[in-house]
Amino acid sequence: MTGNEMSGDAQGGIERHQYDVIVIGAGGSGLRAAIAAHEAGARVAVVCKSLLGKAHTVMAEGGCAAAMGNLYPDDNWQVHFRDTMRGGKMLNHWRMAQIHAQEAPERVMELEDWGALFDRTQDGLISQRDFGGHRYARLAHIGDRTGLEIIRTLQQRLVALGIDVYMECTVTDLLKRDGAIAGAFGYWRESGRFIVFDAPAVVLATGGFGKAWKVTSNSWEYTGDGHALALRAGATLINMEFVQFHPTGMVWPPSVKGLLVTESVRGDGGILKNSEGKRFMFDHIPDYFRKETADSIEEADRWYEDKKNNRRPPELLPRDEVARAINAEIKAGRGSPHGGVFLDIASRRTPEFIKKRLPSMYHQFKELADVDITAEPMEIGPTCHYAMGGIEVDPDTEVSVVPGLYAVGECSGGMHGSNRLGGNSLSDLIVFGRRAGDAAASYATSLPSRPEAADDDIAAAQASALAPFELEGRENPYTIQQDLQQTMNDLVGIIREGSELERALEEVERLKERAASMSVEGHRQYNPGWHLAIDLRNMLLVGECVAKAALARQESRGGHTRNDYPGPDPEWGDKNLVLRLNDDGTGVDMTEQALPAMPDDLKKFFEE
Amino acid sequence: MGYQLKMRVWRGDADGGALGDYTVEVSEGEVVLDALHRLQATQTGDLAIRWNCKAGKCGSCSAEINGKPRLLCMTRLSDFDTSETITVTPLRAFPVIRDLVTDVSYNYEKARELPSVELGPRDADGKRRMMQVDVERGQEFRKCIECFLCQNTCHVVRDHEDNKPAFAGPRFFLRYAELDMHPLDIRDRRETTRRDAGIGLCNITKCCTEVCPEGIKITDNAIIPMKERVVDKKYDPLVWLGNKIGLRNKDDDGRTEV
Repeated sequence: MTGNEMSGDAQGGIERHQYDVIVIGAGGSGLRAAIAAHEAGARVAVVCKSLLGKAHTVMAEGGCAAAMGNLYPDDNWQVHFRDTMRGGKMLNHWRMAQIHAQEAPERVMELEDWGALFDRTQDGLISQRDFGGHRYARLAHIGDRTGLEIIRTLQQRLVALGIDVYMECTVTDLLKRDGAIAGAFGYWRESGRFIVFDAPAVVLATGGFGKAWKVTSNSWEYTGDGHALALRAGATLINMEFVQFHPTGMVWPPSVKGLLVTESVRGDGGILKNSEGKRFMFDHIPDYFRKETADSIEEADRWYEDKKNNRRPPELLPRDEVARAINAEIKAGRGSPHGGVFLDIASRRTPEFIKKRLPSMYHQFKELADVDITAEPMEIGPTCHYAMGGIEVDPDTEVSVVPGLYAVGECSGGMHGSNRLGGNSLSDLIVFGRRAGDAAASYATSLPSRPEAADDDIAAAQASALAPFELEGRENPYTIQQDLQQTMNDLVGIIREGSELERALEEVERLKERAASMSVEGHRQYNPGWHLAIDLRNMLLVGECVAKAALARQESRGGHTRNDYPGPDPEWGDKNLVLRLNDDGTGVDMTEQALPAMPDDLKKFFEE
Repeated sequence: MGYQLKMRVWRGDADGGALGDYTVEVSEGEVVLDALHRLQATQTGDLAIRWNCKAGKCGSCSAEINGKPRLLCMTRLSDFDTSETITVTPLRAFPVIRDLVTDVSYNYEKARELPSVELGPRDADGKRRMMQVDVERGQEFRKCIECFLCQNTCHVVRDHEDNKPAFAGPRFFLRYAELDMHPLDIRDRRETTRRDAGIGLCNITKCCTEVCPEGIKITDNAIIPMKERVVDKKYDPLVWLGNKIGLRNKDDDGRTEV
């Protein structure tokens, strides 16, 4: 709606636009990539499924990790790098983790240049808060609405630069010529009309795929579009078995089950208790983190004031550890009335402190659950939150194996290894968003000649998008989605087992068959049933990737826990699973691949 | 605990439409958006609704519930009697696209007219310093989720389509006020706020503040102070005289008028 004509004006035919770089997705990474590409001199457009400013980045609460050292001068990129790698159980691409830790501080400062108003320290610098897995207070934040501030800042910058945005416009296929990207094909949600972008560089910034699970903190948009578009264009996915279940999602009332409760509650002093009133996290400290975790309540409580002489409370272990512990307590029958555990900050901090530091949490519980978090504990439980897995990219340029195809943010893979630390996603977006935008612009503007999309490919993309209208009275897309969500939740959840994963794969195959005969009612204008039918294909493909990789990885590590292989296996510690579309395009093939070797000068950070 | 909820939902497009009657099963703790989603999944597959986060954070699902501008995801069914019929209609101040979805481009056009933030250079060590107390005023305004309920309810445009070109609306008065109160911004937007954004048309009835789901005190904390600053510059005889004889108003020292 900004920077372009509404599609309804063009009568007949397909609307067509030429750009150097197309960015698909308007969350933090997409907007940052578009700004970088524009500043590098490219003609760029952002294409997004929703209105500008509504992308999932608005949901990010706690903060953006960057070793700025504003509160703890000892903090630096090396410490941040080490925390990130250990949080990801060493499965991260070392180079991505390094770039991320080195560049995050400047990217945060840039947001401030563009109008972001972060909370301040006593000295007037950007304040930083504690989060799980981070050695120092490191998260730049604005209360508990950091994501909103970041997306709004980038959105306002984008508008100031006059970059074109195609809102409520969904890309359904990437177009290629001779192996390289030639553009993208999509439809306007508003009118159902088709649109073609001719562009030699496409940056995928589509986020994750949590909407394939029933209990999730993700919005409807999170259907794995970028993952699936990349697969169909010939790119590879890695780390798909690693799905982050955030330890603290709301559990009641049913309509908000899964809704995120920020980790800042724990960073700011909140503790976890079971139905017996026991602070149970002390019973769940893994050996891997024992040396750096407090083993008594007294030490844990002293840590908030004196970080030098005390170790971190176990509530601030990385998310995978905390989620598993909560899951174990609930399974052992020590859960709360609505099937979660208790998160208590009311008995530990003053109402004024809570309202000041956690205003949206206060609001969210008050409005949606009638719970006053300054007076009583919250009931929480794990919720499907983040995809560590994604498109395999070159760490320095974010280009995939397909020339002209770039990926950033949640839809890319490698940066977070097997588990992402809280606060590292917002910084991931701006660090790699900028790099991808730069690289895409330089690729597009230096090409001697541009690949041109073939008319046949455009016709095929159109036929595929319209297919759900061709059938009548068969499967309902909403029902198939619900069945997929139930399957992923039950069989590919937080704790997995070989036999269940096999069943999940069979179930996905059956759902694919049903999806082949689904039909939608109504016409093409703003028709959510049709939109879902198209997104569902992506969710099914991604669901298959996760189940397949999870079945193959016979160990437990980070966001992948196997009942039948409960511990980490060094054999698996230096391997990625790589997925690509199979030859007939109906499913995915998988191969093993060695992790890139870390140089010796970085290895020294991990010597005990 | 579940019950059959009676709903009336506006169905139609730019060419017109009507309220449709529906009955849908709902259960404890649900919000209006849950009821509409169930309707969509079971009876009206093509019912157009705009929504994203379903957590009151993105501001997409704005509509009118029993005539009141609300977020569908933050309106609990328990606020209504179980026998009551809930009527849902699209935002009235914007053109309908389909069913509950409206064309809100007016707001995106107004966003483009606003002179963007412009900060001076960073401190010598590459950082910037601002005190918490100074950023807090702007932070209140930046809580805005752009649901545009304030824009929809503001009678300057709600009942007077012809005012739209000359009036940016409460959402953007928040922005002008935020930038005016930014400790490090170097632009003076007071004249733009008056001339281009039309802040003078607002007669502070506070309807915008009433509907704000973020509880931002739009009128008291943004519009009124901004009006005062605009008026001081434009109409205060002492300021006028000061300007005339070369005495500068220190208040906007270092800011450049845009």
